[in-house]
Amino acid sequence: MTTGTGTYAPKPGAAPLPRMIGAQAVLETKMLLRNGEQLLLTAVIPTLLLVLFASVDIVDTGAGKAVDFLAPGILALAVMSTAFTGQAIATGFERRYGVLKRLAASPLPRWALMTAKTLSVLVTEALQVALLTAIAFALGWSPHGDPGVVLLLLVLGTAAFSGLGLLMAGTLKAEATLAAANLVFLLLLVGGGVIVPLDRFPGAVQDVLALLPISALSDGLRDVLRDGAGMPWGDLGILAGWAVVGLAAAGRFFRWE
Amino acid sequence: MRSDPVVQVRALVKRYGAKTAVDGLDLVARPGVTAVLGPNGAGKTTTVETCEGYRRPDSGTVRVLGLDPVREGAALRPRIGVMLQSGGVYSGARAEEMLRHVAKLHAHPLDVDALIERLGLGTCGRTSYRRLSGGQQQRLALAMAVVGRPELVFLDEPTAGLDPQARRATWDLVRDLRADGVSVILTTHHMDEAEQLSDDVAIVDGGRVVAQGSPEQLCRGGAENTLRFTGRPGLDVGSLLKALPADCSAAELTPGSYRVAGKIDPQLLATVTSWCAQAGVMPDRISVERHTLEDVFLELTGKELRS
Repeated sequence: MTTGTGTYAPKPGAAPLPRMIGAQAVLETKMLLRNGEQLLLTAVIPTLLLVLFASVDIVDTGAGKAVDFLAPGILALAVMSTAFTGQAIATGFERRYGVLKRLAASPLPRWALMTAKTLSVLVTEALQVALLTAIAFALGWSPHGDPGVVLLLLVLGTAAFSGLGLLMAGTLKAEATLAAANLVFLLLLVGGGVIVPLDRFPGAVQDVLALLPISALSDGLRDVLRDGAGMPWGDLGILAGWAVVGLAAAGRFFRWE
Repeated sequence: MRSDPVVQVRALVKRYGAKTAVDGLDLVARPGVTAVLGPNGAGKTTTVETCEGYRRPDSGTVRVLGLDPVREGAALRPRIGVMLQSGGVYSGARAEEMLRHVAKLHAHPLDVDALIERLGLGTCGRTSYRRLSGGQQQRLALAMAVVGRPELVFLDEPTAGLDPQARRATWDLVRDLRADGVSVILTTHHMDEAEQLSDDVAIVDGGRVVAQGSPEQLCRGGAENTLRFTGRPGLDVGSLLKALPADCSAAELTPGSYRVAGKIDPQLLATVTSWCAQAGVMPDRISVERHTLEDVFLELTGKELRS
C-alpha cells in the first residue's frame, strides 16, 4: 500500500451548533436575496402596491389617509411574501434538487436547518419592514400603537405562514408549489384586506375571509397602527390557530425527498 | 489501519411498494476501497442510501462504523462523507460558496482552496450551480463529500458522465483518500473502475450480493481463461486435446483460428507451443486472455453490464 501525504487523513467532527446554524442562515438569506423572482415578490411588488395605491385613488380605503390604511396591509403582505410564498417556493425546489437530502447527511441536524430557515425569513422580513416603513413615512404615514404588539403580530403571522408554506413545499411537487404559492399570494392579496377593505365584500364572504391568516394579520396590524388599539385578541387567536395547525401538519407530512 | 468492518449489512430487505429493491443482501466492507458493482436497478443505490441513514431497512441490520445509521445518525453523520448520484446543491449557489458552506459544518475541514485547485473547480468562478457543466457538478459533489475529513466516504456513481480526464482526476483522488486511510464505498457499473480502484468488489444483482472478493480473486475463481492462436487451417485438434490436461477444451473456431479453454498456466502454455513445434506450426497471434470482471459478471448473472 502506498503511503499518503496525510492531506486527507480522517479528522471528522461537527462544527459547533451556533456556527452551523449561523452559516446556514447566512447561505439561505444569500440565496433568497440573489433570486430575482423572490425579490420581485418580497420587495418590488409590495413597494409598487404601496406607492401606487397611496398616491392614486384606485380603491376607496375609507376615511383617513390612504397610506394609514395601506401601510399595515402591505406589511402583512410582506410577511406573507417571505414566510409563505418565498419559503414555499425555495424549499420546494431545494427538496426537488436534493439540497435537503444532501444536508440531511451533513452534521447539521434537521431542527437546526429549520431554525436557520426561520432566521433567514426573519432577517428578510426585517429588511422588508425597514424598506416599506421608510417608503410609508415618505408617503405621509403616521402610525400609532405599541411596537411590542406589532412585533407579536408579525412573529405570529410569520409562524402561521411558515407552517403553511412548509406544508405545501414538503408535500407537493416543486412546480405545483411554485404555481400554487403564487396563486395563493395573488388571491390573498386581493381577498385578505391588504389593499381592498374587507367590507367591500358581501357579508357572508367577509366572515369567511376574516378567518384567513392574511386578513387576521392585516386587520390586527391596522387596528394597532392606524387605530391605536391594544391587544387585537381575535386576530392574534386566529393567527395562533393557523400557526399551530400549519406547523403541526408540516411536521407530520413534510417529506424530505 | 483498523481491520474492523466499516460497513456491515446483514440480510437487508428494502421494498418500495410491491417492488423489492434489496432482497436479503449481505455485505461486509473492510477498510480500503470497496466497489459495489451491478447493473441499473440492482439495488446499489438503495443499499448505499440505507447505509447513509436515508432509508429504514424493512428487515435486516445495517452497521456503519459500528453505528446504526438511523438510530445513531447524529453520531454517524459527522464521520461520513456523502456524494449523491445527482443534485444536492442550491441551484443559485456558486461552487466555491457551497463548498465553503459544507466545510463550515465540520470541525476540522480540509483546506478549501487546495481542494478547489485539486479538483479543477477554480474555473467555475461566479457561475451558479445550475449553469455548471455536468462534470463540474460531479466534481463539486465529490469535493463536498470529502471536505469534512471523514473516515468513510460513500460515492454513488462518482464518474457517471465524466470525460476521461475528469474520470482520472476522480480516480486519483480516491487513491489518495485510500492512501491516507479514508475508506471508500463506491457504486459503479464500470468494470474498469471497480478493477482499478478497489481492494474489494461486491457484485450485486437482483438485490443481492452474488459474489464478493478482490478483483484478482473474482477473476481467478470460477471463470476459465482462454488461450488463442492462429495457424494453418485443419490442424488435428484431437491430438492437441490428448496433450492437454483433462479439464481443458480445444477447438478450431474458424478455419485457422484455435481456442484452448481451461486453467491457463505456464505449463499449459508450454504444452501448446511444444505441440505446435511437433506439428511444424508457427502459432501466430498467440494470446492468453485473462477473464475480466465483465466475464465473471456475465457468468454470475447472465447479464451484460452496460454504462
